[in-house]
Amino acid sequence: MERIIFYCLGAVIIAFGIASVTSRKMLRSVIYLSFVLVSIAGIFFLIDYNFLAAIQLTVYAGGIVVLIIFSVLLVHHIEMELEMAKATKKIVTAIACLIGLGVFLTAIYSYDFNVINMALTTTTADIGTGLLSYEAGGFILPFELISVLLLAAMIGAIVIAKGKKLTEKDNQPQ
Amino acid sequence: MNSALSITKNIHDWLFSIMPEAAASIAEMVLIALVYDAIKLLSKELTGTTRADKFLYNLAPYFVIISSLMALSVFPFTKEFQAFDINIGLFFLIAVSSIGVIGILLGGWSSNNKFAMIGAMRSGVQTISYELSIGLSLLTMVLLTGSLQLSEIVEVQKSGWLIVQGHIPAIIAFMIYMIAGTAETNRAPFDMVEAESELGAGFHTEYSGMKFAYFFLAEFINMFIIAAIATTVFFGAWLSPFGITESIPMLGVFWFLLKALILVFLMMWFRWTFPRLRIDQLLTLEWKYLLPLNLANIVIMALLVWLNLTISF
Repeated sequence: MERIIFYCLGAVIIAFGIASVTSRKMLRSVIYLSFVLVSIAGIFFLIDYNFLAAIQLTVYAGGIVVLIIFSVLLVHHIEMELEMAKATKKIVTAIACLIGLGVFLTAIYSYDFNVINMALTTTTADIGTGLLSYEAGGFILPFELISVLLLAAMIGAIVIAKGKKLTEKDNQPQ
Repeated sequence: MNSALSITKNIHDWLFSIMPEAAASIAEMVLIALVYDAIKLLSKELTGTTRADKFLYNLAPYFVIISSLMALSVFPFTKEFQAFDINIGLFFLIAVSSIGVIGILLGGWSSNNKFAMIGAMRSGVQTISYELSIGLSLLTMVLLTGSLQLSEIVEVQKSGWLIVQGHIPAIIAFMIYMIAGTAETNRAPFDMVEAESELGAGFHTEYSGMKFAYFFLAEFINMFIIAAIATTVFFGAWLSPFGITESIPMLGVFWFLLKALILVFLMMWFRWTFPRLRIDQLLTLEWKYLLPLNLANIVIMALLVWLNLTISF
């Protein structure tokens, strides 16, 4: 049963992945992309890694796809179609993709994966303590670094959004 | 107009032929009126604009309805009556409910209609902002339960519902949650999305028949979901008040539905009481008031839990 579901999800991912890069309507390719991302969440559910599946749904399907749709809504009219690329561009892209695929496949097939018969799923409590522990195997340093990075990104966004007002205020006393 | 009338008349005749004794008082009978309405929506013509993106236009209602139906699967109606007791229950609910907005955005854009488009943009802005408040207010309560699994959240509440256990911060969290929940379901006073005096019917202006009904149904299911999450997290889900019917576990469904429907009533009460906000007021409310309040509230709740100041019986 699980095997059948896995192959179904795999077929969906491949089919919509191809559809998303070949479609000439911008919003359609975004929707195909969202199907791919949701199917990946389905694979995480299948291996009982619920937390990552829910993260995949919120961050990618609920967050990033919505943001992409937003920008498409702002810049793209319904009757517009994307242009076809030139032949030379197509060939270069195809070669780059094939090289990338080759690197991936050799990496995957050369690594010896262990099959673990683990029925236990990772609980949220484990993830939480793992993220905040400062003993061996803890992730406190990357966790804090990412929080600083996100803070910097937020401040940067505010500065960009308010850019003109901020500089005008600085110039006033002169 | 004429054909619509004749469809209604035909259904009336048909219902009359299968149950003549009920037909006399058919207008008063609410249940039959519901059947009526559903058959009417099913039999209506599906219209669309000529230059719409047909594929996305037809896909949009399914995004909305499927994401709301998926959320229904995790609620604990009684101790046994829970379809999918996943260990990240609450997080799963937030994750699934964040997908529905894609359907609204798609529906608005692919209709190729200005009003639908503006409605969809408003919906996106509104849902993305208020999702934060929903998440943070639920997180405040997770500090008390120490688990995201819905069955465990109910288990914790056997020594007092969480709104009692967490007293002041819990009540603040509940109020923020109800405000954000009303905004998230696009109900009045936050129904900027389909503000009928400005935008026709907002993002579903071009939809008719059953496709419109999907949007409409999803709105009501979402309202129930918001109420059901509040019931589970603040009001003890299927637990009876003071454990009065603890010996009859079957009654859990009754208590759950009663609490949820009272909260649904509260949301309808909002609708008929408050005037609609402007879009900038809506965003100011979320980003300048609810969000800082929420963050402060989480800190207060963490202090309470740390100092053991919670009330439990």
